[in-house]
Amino acid sequence: MAVTRRHAAVVAAAGLLAACLPSRAAEPDGRPLAIRGETVYTMTGPPITDGVVLIVDGKITSVGSALDIPLPPAARVLTGRVVTPGLIDAHTVVGLSGFLNQEQDQDQLDKGEPLQPELRAIDSYNPRERLIEWLRDFGITTIHTGHAPGGLVSGQTMVVKTVGQTVEEATILPVAMVAATLGEDSRPGDDRKSPGTRSKAVAMLRTEFVKTQDYLRKQDLADPEKRPDRDLRRETFADVLRGKLPLLVTVNRATDIDAALRIAAEFDIRLVLDSAAEAYLIADRIKAAGVPVIVHPSMRRGGMGETENISFETAAALRAKGIPVALQSGFEGYVPKTRVALFEAAIAAANGLTTEQALATITSDAATILGVADRVGSLRPGLDGDVAIFDGDPFEYTTHCIGVVIDGRVVGDEAH
Amino acid sequence: MLAHASCRHAPIGFLIVSLLLGCGVPAGAQEKPVAFVGAEVVPVSGPPISPGVVVVARGKIIAVGPVASTEIPADAERIDCTAKVVMPGLVDTHSHVGDGWAGDGSGPIQPDVRVLDSINVRDAGFRKARAGGLTTLNIMPGSGHLLSGQTIYAKLRDASTIDDFFIRDGDGRPLGGMKMANGTNSQKDPPFPGTRSKSAALVRQKFLKAQDYRRKVKDSKDDPAKSPDRDLEMEGLLDVLDGRVVVHHHCHRADDIMTVLRLRDEFGFKVVLHHVSEAWKVADQLARAGAACSVIVVDSPGGKIEAMDLSLATGAVLEKAGVPCAIHTDDPITDSRLFLRTAGLAVRAGMSRDKALEALTLAGAKMLVLDDRIGSLDVGKDADLIVLSGDPLGLRTKVLQTWVEGRKVFDRDDPEDRLYAVGGYGAGREQKAHACCTDERFSETK
Repeated sequence: MAVTRRHAAVVAAAGLLAACLPSRAAEPDGRPLAIRGETVYTMTGPPITDGVVLIVDGKITSVGSALDIPLPPAARVLTGRVVTPGLIDAHTVVGLSGFLNQEQDQDQLDKGEPLQPELRAIDSYNPRERLIEWLRDFGITTIHTGHAPGGLVSGQTMVVKTVGQTVEEATILPVAMVAATLGEDSRPGDDRKSPGTRSKAVAMLRTEFVKTQDYLRKQDLADPEKRPDRDLRRETFADVLRGKLPLLVTVNRATDIDAALRIAAEFDIRLVLDSAAEAYLIADRIKAAGVPVIVHPSMRRGGMGETENISFETAAALRAKGIPVALQSGFEGYVPKTRVALFEAAIAAANGLTTEQALATITSDAATILGVADRVGSLRPGLDGDVAIFDGDPFEYTTHCIGVVIDGRVVGDEAH
Repeated sequence: MLAHASCRHAPIGFLIVSLLLGCGVPAGAQEKPVAFVGAEVVPVSGPPISPGVVVVARGKIIAVGPVASTEIPADAERIDCTAKVVMPGLVDTHSHVGDGWAGDGSGPIQPDVRVLDSINVRDAGFRKARAGGLTTLNIMPGSGHLLSGQTIYAKLRDASTIDDFFIRDGDGRPLGGMKMANGTNSQKDPPFPGTRSKSAALVRQKFLKAQDYRRKVKDSKDDPAKSPDRDLEMEGLLDVLDGRVVVHHHCHRADDIMTVLRLRDEFGFKVVLHHVSEAWKVADQLARAGAACSVIVVDSPGGKIEAMDLSLATGAVLEKAGVPCAIHTDDPITDSRLFLRTAGLAVRAGMSRDKALEALTLAGAKMLVLDDRIGSLDVGKDADLIVLSGDPLGLRTKVLQTWVEGRKVFDRDDPEDRLYAVGGYGAGREQKAHACCTDERFSETK
C-alpha cells in the first residue's frame, strides 16, 4: 500500500512537482552511475544476464556482464530485475496538447489553413506539461511530438527528452518531420480551403511540391533579382524535397496509404507512414517502397470509419514482412488524454511480437526511424545515459517501472 | 437504424420472414451437461480450486469443486481445461456498446426514455465484448443529461433482438437501472443546467414531484377513479424512489460525489457511483456512507478538468477504506476486449488480486443486484463462465471461450470469433444477420 499512499501524494502535489522538474545534467555530485539488472536488454544483441550499464558524465561508457565490468568505487548503483534503454514514444502530441483539454492548452492543431508546414513544434512545446511527467514515470525518456494529424499539412514535429525547464533544454531534434494527413481527417473544419475529397487532397499536396520544385529552381538563378523572396512554407517543403526532412503522413485506409506511397515516389520524398490501420492489406507494397511505419497505438479505438479494420496484430504483421516498425501513443481527444507507448508495445507483445521485438518498437527501431539512433534507443558506449528499470517483465500489467535515468541523472525512482 | 443495418446484408423481406418463422431466435439452454475439467477454477466467491471442475446443465452451474471429489454426470460433455483458468463471466457495470441512446436534447431529465429501444444487437461491439470475456453488461445512455434514461442489464446471449439480451424479474419485466450524471457533462444551455447548484436543484424538484405523484397513487388505494393519470416519467422515477431500480450515477470530482450522496439521503434511492475519478480524496467518507463505487481505469489523467486528478490507485484506496469497488469499461472509453487488463492496472497501483478479480465479477453483480444469479461460480447460479489460457491478469493470457447460460458464445478457435478478438478486415462491421434458412443467400450477396 506504500505505492497507493505515495501515488495519492504525487497526485495532490502535482503543482509542486511541476515547479521542480528535473533538468538535464549528470548526477548533481558528478558520481558515475551504475545500473545493474538481472536481465539487461541492450537492443544491440541478445539480452545480458546479470548485466551492468555504466554511465559517466551523462554518457554510457560500458555495458556488459557484471562479472566483467569493474564498478568505480564512487559509483551510485541502481538495481532492478529488468533494465532497458530509456523508452521512446515514436509519435505523440504531448507537450503541445495539454492534459486539461481546454482551449488554452491545445496547440497541436491550427485549423485556419490546410497547409502549414512552417508551424514549428518548438514554439508550442510546454516542458512543464503534466503528461510529460506521466509518461516519464513509465520509463519514456524520449518523445517524438509536434503537430497533430488533422490538417492536410499541420506543421512540424520534433524529438525531445522528457526533462528540461525549457524546450531548448529538452530538444534533441528541433525539426524532425513535417506532419501531413490523408483521408477523412485531412479536413478538420467546414472551411472551403481544405480538401473535400481524397483526390483533391492528393492534388493539393502535389501542387505544393510542384510549386516548391519551382521555388528551388528559381533560387539557383544567377541573377539575384530573379530569385524568390523567402517563404517559410516553401522553405519547409524544400527541406522535404531535398530529403532533409521526412514527410510523416497519417493515413489509415489502404487507399490512402497507397496514395501516400504514390506521392513519395513521384517527388522522391522520404516517407514515414503513421497510424496505417490497414497497412497489413498492402504490406508488400510498403516493403517494396522501403518505407517505415509508426503504427497506431495498439489499443486505439476502432469503431466505424477509417479505423474500423484496426487490428492488435498489425505491428507483428508488418514486422514479419521486414518493414521497420515503431509504436506510439498517438493523439487522444478525450479520456485518457494520452496513451502510454509502453502499454501499447505490451499489447503488441501479446499479439504476435516477441518481447525483444516489441521493445524494439519503443527503443532501437523507433530511434532509427526518428533519426536519433546515434543518441538514444539502445545501451552501448557513447550513447546518452537514458535507462528504464523495471521490477519484472516490462510489459506485464502488474510490473512497475521503478527507475528512470536521463543523461545519467536519476529522474524517477518510485514505482509506477 | 436497425432496419437500415439489416438491409445492408439482405433484402429486408427475407429477414422479416425469417424472424416471423422464428428461425433467428437462439435455441434454449444446452441439452447435455458440460464439464470443464482440470482447470484452475477461480470461483471468486471462494479460494481457487486446482485442479478443479465446473459442471453446468440446463443453463445453470450444478457442481464446482476439486477434480478428485466432484462427480461428473456420465452423459456430460467433457472439456479438457488442463493448465487453463476458468472463472465467472465478467460483469461490466457501465458499457455503451450497441449504439444505444436514450434521452435527447429536449431536456435534462428524461426518466421515461429506455435505452433498450435503440440498441443494435448486431453491433460488432457485442462480438468484441464476448471476446473479452464479458457476459453481462449494464448498457447505459450517456452522461450528457442529469438523468438520461433507463439502462438495461444485458446477457450477451446470441441475439436476434434486444429481447434475447433481457434479464427478467419474476414478473417478466426486463431489469435495468437509471442513469444519472452531474458535473460538467450535463451542463449546457437551458433547459439544461449551467451550474452544479442548478443541476442539483433541477433533480430535487423532479424527485419532489415524483414523491407527490407517489402520494397520490397511494391515497387512491387502487381506485381507478381517484388514481392520477399514468405518467411515464413519474413511473420511471417511482421505480427509483421505491428502490426497485438502482441509480447509476456518473460523477468525477469529490464534491460531485458527495452531492450524489446528499441527494441519495434526501430521497432514499439506491445508487452506485460511477467513474469516481476523485473518490480517493473522500474514501473514508464513502466508507462511512456505505457507498458503492464502480471505477474506470484509464491510462492517463486529464482529457477534461474533472478527470485531472484521476489516479490508477483509486481501486486500491477504496479497497483499503472498505468501500465496495467494481471496475467498468465505459466502452468505448476502454475496449471491452481489454477488461481484464484494467484490473491488472489496478493491481499495479496497489489493489489486491482477489479484490481486482472480484471487481470484474461479483462486486459488479452486487451493484446490479444480480448476485443471486451471476458474478461467481456457485451451484445454482447461471452458467456464465470464461476459459482463459492462463493468469487472468497476465498480459499474454487469452480469453479462449466465453459461455453464457451453458452455451458457448465465443470461441477463439473459430476464425470469425478470432477476427473480432484481435481485429482486422471486417472486424468493425456489424455481424451478419443470422437466420437459419437464408444464411447462404446472405453470404452470396454480401
